[in-house]
Amino acid sequence: MNRSSKILRYVSRRLLQGIPIILAIVVMNFFLLNLAEGDAVDVLAGEAGSATPEYMEEMRKKFGLDKPLTVQLAHYLKNVVQLDLGYSFRHDMQVTELIVDRFWPTLLLMVSTILLAVGFGVLLGLFAAVNLNTWKDAVVSVFALITYATPLFWVGLMMIILFSIKNDWFPTSGMENSAAFYEGFDRLKDIAHHLVLPTITLSLFYLALYTRMMRASMLEQYGQDYVITARAKGVSERRITFIHVLRNALLPVVTMAGVQVGALIGGSVIVESVFAWPGLGMLAFESLFARDLNLLLGIFLLSSGLVVAVNLVVDVIYCFLDPRIEVN
Amino acid sequence: MTEFWNRFSCNRQAVLGLIILGCVIFLASIANLIYPNDPFLYSRFPLSGPGENGFLLGSDSIGRDVAAGIAHGAKTSLLIGLIATIAAVFIGVIFGALAGYYGGLVDDILMRVTEVFQTIPSFIFAILLVAIMKPSIESVVIAITVVSWPAVARLVRGEFLALKNREFVQACHTLGMGDLRIMLAEILPNCLSPIIVIGSLMVATAILVESGLAFLGLGDPNVMSWGFIISDGRSMLRVAWWICTFPGIAILITVLAINLVGEGLNDALNPRLRERN
Repeated sequence: MNRSSKILRYVSRRLLQGIPIILAIVVMNFFLLNLAEGDAVDVLAGEAGSATPEYMEEMRKKFGLDKPLTVQLAHYLKNVVQLDLGYSFRHDMQVTELIVDRFWPTLLLMVSTILLAVGFGVLLGLFAAVNLNTWKDAVVSVFALITYATPLFWVGLMMIILFSIKNDWFPTSGMENSAAFYEGFDRLKDIAHHLVLPTITLSLFYLALYTRMMRASMLEQYGQDYVITARAKGVSERRITFIHVLRNALLPVVTMAGVQVGALIGGSVIVESVFAWPGLGMLAFESLFARDLNLLLGIFLLSSGLVVAVNLVVDVIYCFLDPRIEVN
Repeated sequence: MTEFWNRFSCNRQAVLGLIILGCVIFLASIANLIYPNDPFLYSRFPLSGPGENGFLLGSDSIGRDVAAGIAHGAKTSLLIGLIATIAAVFIGVIFGALAGYYGGLVDDILMRVTEVFQTIPSFIFAILLVAIMKPSIESVVIAITVVSWPAVARLVRGEFLALKNREFVQACHTLGMGDLRIMLAEILPNCLSPIIVIGSLMVATAILVESGLAFLGLGDPNVMSWGFIISDGRSMLRVAWWICTFPGIAILITVLAINLVGEGLNDALNPRLRERN
């Protein structure tokens, strides 16, 4: 069997492995929803201001909430498969629709964060490894240690104090200046301007992670036999570092970028609520205050699905990057 | 023990971490002595800057003392971090030990469950759990425990897998020891050091998660915590920078100190694993 069809089989097997995980999460979702005090009818009645017990009973019948739990679970599963995650009474919209709406700003934030964090992390780690045990290495390590220990929301607030309040360089919140009605290139520029502080904040933690990982990975590769061979051949240290070691050291860092996506989503809840970035994280924050559990569960489900999907994609990319990895 | 201490004290960063951590613990334990009043008590001097009106680190929008809040919050953060970690290590050890020791179907089932919990984005899951259980100290501890045990389970499983076929375990089988006794009295003590290391690092993560939850308004409304002060001072950012700044520094210093101690423990307990950093 040739390699490409092997990879195809591997991908489909991984897809199948992902399904039970998603299923388990959906089932857990259902039970969490049931665990919460009050059901959809209570929420509705609360919204309406008042409702008679008879009316609430009738509503429960209508929604199928009087059925046994297993029947309700089957119903819930069917709805999720059809991408129907319920209704958000606060926003007066289907949860799915609302989530898709708010997904793009989050994606934008996450992609720019990953690019910034991986890019600078690789550079800093490389810099530290090349200058091993000098003061430069120490400075990078201390920087990584400190950023690794800093709460994201605090970094965000300090950024706002420094760059928005003391110096009016960047906007404090939002994704664009909607009052200015920018179009085309101006609008892009405006969004990029709003994107700067949230991206830096969210990437700091991961920057520390990737810096440490890149440094460790470089050091590990320096100890390999092929480096000794290259030295024996008379290859210059510069060439060894940038052509031989760097390429091999990048591999684990790339994989980690995928593994960290779950943590990144969690971080974006914090950063988005600090900067009022109108994405999924902000939506989760709003749903907390509105006690809109349906919506929160929908976001949770989507982000879990996202993690499964990204892990799959990273595994596949890894197969292509490193031919040594056997796909079966 | 002295050998361990010698190796630990060689690491200057770890010793520094231990000293800072000691100071934080000391501050937490004397919080009731230096600030005997309720940290929620408000005063006639809202938004005083640091040093004004007798407030060392300023006061917030209704005149609560930020320094008193930080001292009392230290107790909350350390306790939540510690209790959640102990609970997570407990669950993780049970899962990991059973999976690693018995292997086969037990391993498959337990590891599938662990995998599900590892896939879920942990912070969102924690938010969801606290939101469903209503914010309180207990629900925060439960949420942090639920999201942090899988890492311990994986680690312990790996250790048990590596140790269960070693000669001393086979010898125990020959002596007719029960499975439970072999697991608890023979294998577990041999994998304590990595558990201690991961546990110490988990306390740091737990404190960060707790402050993040409190910042989102999911802390216990009746217990003073660092995240609560920051989340409360957020709306005053323009006029009173100190409300948010100082509790953040407290979190940063504490988490940094615990991380340093954790890495020092790692170096001292597992000299062979030094390539980790």
